[in-house]
Amino acid sequence: MALLEVKDLGISFGGLQAVDNFNLSIEKGELYGLIGPNGAGKTTVFNLLTGVYKPTAGKVFLDGTDITGHRTEEINKDGIARTFQNIRLFQQLSVIDNVESALHSFEKYSTFEAMFHCGRYAGAEKKLREKALEILKVFDLDMMSEILSSNLPYGQQRKLEIARAMATEPKLLLLDEPAAGMNPNETAELMDTISLIRDKFDITILLIEHDMKLVSGICEKVTVLNFGKVLAEGETKKVLADPEVIRAYLGDDE
Amino acid sequence: MMSFLTSFVNGLSLGSIYAIIALGYTMVYGIAKMLNFAHGDFIMVGCYIIFIFSSNLGLNPVAAILIAIVLCTLLGITTERVAYRPLRNAASPLAVLITAIGVSYFLENLALLIFGADTKSFTSVVPWAGISLFGGSLQIQGITIVTILVSLLILIFLQLFVHKTREGQAMLAVSQDRGAAMLMGIDVNKTITLTFAIGSALAAVAGALLASAYPSLTPYTGAMPGIKAFVAAVLGGIGSIPGAMIGGLVLGIIEILSRTYISSQLADAIVFGILVVVLIVRPTGILGKNIQEKV
Amino acid sequence: MLKKKMLSRNSKGRFTTYGIVIAAWIIMEIFMRAGLMSSHLEGLLVPMTYYAIVAVALNLCVGILGELSLGHAGFMCVGAFSSALFSLVTDGVMPDGVRFLIALVIGVIVSAIVGFLIGIPVLRLNGDYLAIVTLAFGEIIKNIINAMYLGVDSKGVHISFESQMALNMEPEGKTLINGAMGVTGTPHDANFTIAVILLLLALVVVQNFIDSRDGRAVMSIRDNRIAAESIGIPVTKYKMLAFTISAAIAGMAGVIFSHNIATLQSTSQYFGYNVSIMILVYVVLGGIGSIRGSVIAAVILYLLPELLRGLNKYRMLIYSVVLIAVMIINWAPKAIEKRTAFFDSIRKGMKRNGTA
Repeated sequence: MALLEVKDLGISFGGLQAVDNFNLSIEKGELYGLIGPNGAGKTTVFNLLTGVYKPTAGKVFLDGTDITGHRTEEINKDGIARTFQNIRLFQQLSVIDNVESALHSFEKYSTFEAMFHCGRYAGAEKKLREKALEILKVFDLDMMSEILSSNLPYGQQRKLEIARAMATEPKLLLLDEPAAGMNPNETAELMDTISLIRDKFDITILLIEHDMKLVSGICEKVTVLNFGKVLAEGETKKVLADPEVIRAYLGDDE
Repeated sequence: MMSFLTSFVNGLSLGSIYAIIALGYTMVYGIAKMLNFAHGDFIMVGCYIIFIFSSNLGLNPVAAILIAIVLCTLLGITTERVAYRPLRNAASPLAVLITAIGVSYFLENLALLIFGADTKSFTSVVPWAGISLFGGSLQIQGITIVTILVSLLILIFLQLFVHKTREGQAMLAVSQDRGAAMLMGIDVNKTITLTFAIGSALAAVAGALLASAYPSLTPYTGAMPGIKAFVAAVLGGIGSIPGAMIGGLVLGIIEILSRTYISSQLADAIVFGILVVVLIVRPTGILGKNIQEKV
Repeated sequence: MLKKKMLSRNSKGRFTTYGIVIAAWIIMEIFMRAGLMSSHLEGLLVPMTYYAIVAVALNLCVGILGELSLGHAGFMCVGAFSSALFSLVTDGVMPDGVRFLIALVIGVIVSAIVGFLIGIPVLRLNGDYLAIVTLAFGEIIKNIINAMYLGVDSKGVHISFESQMALNMEPEGKTLINGAMGVTGTPHDANFTIAVILLLLALVVVQNFIDSRDGRAVMSIRDNRIAAESIGIPVTKYKMLAFTISAAIAGMAGVIFSHNIATLQSTSQYFGYNVSIMILVYVVLGGIGSIRGSVIAAVILYLLPELLRGLNKYRMLIYSVVLIAVMIINWAPKAIEKRTAFFDSIRKGMKRNGTA
């Protein structure tokens, strides 16, 4: 049984079929790439998987459970976390608060306890903080925990966004162009981070990426999307060698 | 039956005024993506200008209205340039909203200092007494007829302008995607300035009609009609020009009918109750399109 | 190490705020006891404090939740009238302290409920709707109460929107709300000390809330709603929570208001749109998101025009100009850029001088 099973997924915006008949099957532990030219509908697929858009056709199964039509916050609880193409951090919160807000359902206490800092408050907050620091340590961000997240350098902001997503302990992590805007050094560091978290957290990853070096370097399998439809899928090397894919995507160099 | 017809016609007239104001709101909201809280106060400024030139200085009402249109347009452009444009890309969307409230408050209090709190009695800009139907049992005032006609003319003019001219097309483009419009070589600043100019000119026209139909003028004259016109714009579908027209008419009729048949004290509550119902049932309004936030 | 850091992050700023409030209270009390305070200034102390409370409440809404409310004067109105009615009906039935405590709870709960009901249609939407709906609410509630006649006799409660006579009460019936004349005879239960205690309570609740898991959730929604949803935060629930708390605290200020005034009237002067704007001015000038700033700004901006009578005529005009100027200086991207560059150059200059 695959971890993520997408069947005939589709959405149209005012007559325009943005994603059509999209199928995808990702096994547990895989690092899977979703590639395709600009405007192919890759981010739309992410938005469909995470409930930002409601699909007009098809089904999404996570670990055998039907999660089609769930709200975004429910889907996170179902086990999918994501990052965004244009980084979406909580800019006016500190680095550690960004992670702690993602941990909010791990240690619960009532609003009354929150307003008067009594009861479970102190213990829960201490645990949350320790846990957040632990996560930040994995991403080498623990020394910057008190900095405002918007003051982090670009590469670190990307990392923090991944750390925040990981804090929700997802089964499946969706990364939307994690290397966008990064220099080769930062990209290399990012590839290490991605491999590291996969090993350390035993997680399944689906990523959208334009950087072919990164895709062929770390993705075992890819799906190519073109005009909202699947053009090819399979082992990365084979797919990237497919002449049709080269014509549609790689030939159309940007 | 005749009293119902009278109320209905009065509602149509008030609704036409709301529609003209709502057109300004909806265009600014659709294109500049901001709620210009001071829009209602532009109306009040227009009223006072007409009052000075027409009642005090004895100028021809039409000339006074033209002066008011020019001055209100300048006021709108200046306000946008000085107070709103610097905050267009502010980190918080509340920044420009709070500033607009500041502008509204500024205009009201400036008028209070200059003209005082006492009510000025406004002379109607339409001297025509109107017509009488059904042997005198249905009286329709001249200003009522003029108001309805003017609002229709404005609607037709705006529809033609937006769909048939370069500037209008630029407005549509900016309202749909400001970034893409900029990439296509559209001058976004100029387009937004033009939008404010049109909106403010319409406010002056609305002011002339409003003060003629309800001839008591105070610094707060524009505030309530302004807010109700925003409700009308939401009801019709914010961002939609025909929507503003429909929303304005519906709201005006409901308000006058509630005043006549339910309670004049509760009429305002009913109008805002409609806003709440719209927000619950259909937040995009009657003609509004569902806009997906870009992720 | 960890513990120390927690204390420095969470507690220090909070206790400074409490310290400032308590110190101010002690100084005022000394001046009052020593007879050094004019009766005019003495009369301003309680209003100053309840406006500080509403400013704290509004800052929770504007600065932490990131939604604009123009109806906080309306919530004050709800808190004021609901608690005053209770106190009026139960006057003489129970000890004063108990009565005021129950009145306080009633005022807070009723305004919380009203805030919750207003939040339902609006807070699940994005955009500027809350500002309009709260503005409308504030005006409507003020007008309705202003037109309402309410009385009670042995047959029960009577309501009319026409006149006191239309209540049709028995001769020994008691008129509670007499239309525009309002409510008279509410026991004078609130004083400066009680107001300061309630200000401290509001500060504790709001600052603790901000520094909790709930507060982080609310602020994450403010900073990026879509990202907050993506990490499993139920957005509408937390928006409703913060807004309801904010309305409840504004209602608490209303309770002090009604128990500190001889005749409670639902007029624009007390509960109109202007009052909501004035409180917004306090919040903006004190710093959006800075709870301590709201208290300080409320106190200074309330006292200043009252003490400089000549200024009063121009007060609103000055406030509006200051509001616009502060917004542009603090929030315009270009102004921020210039300010950062300016301070950087100063810092560099100082460093150079230091090493030279």
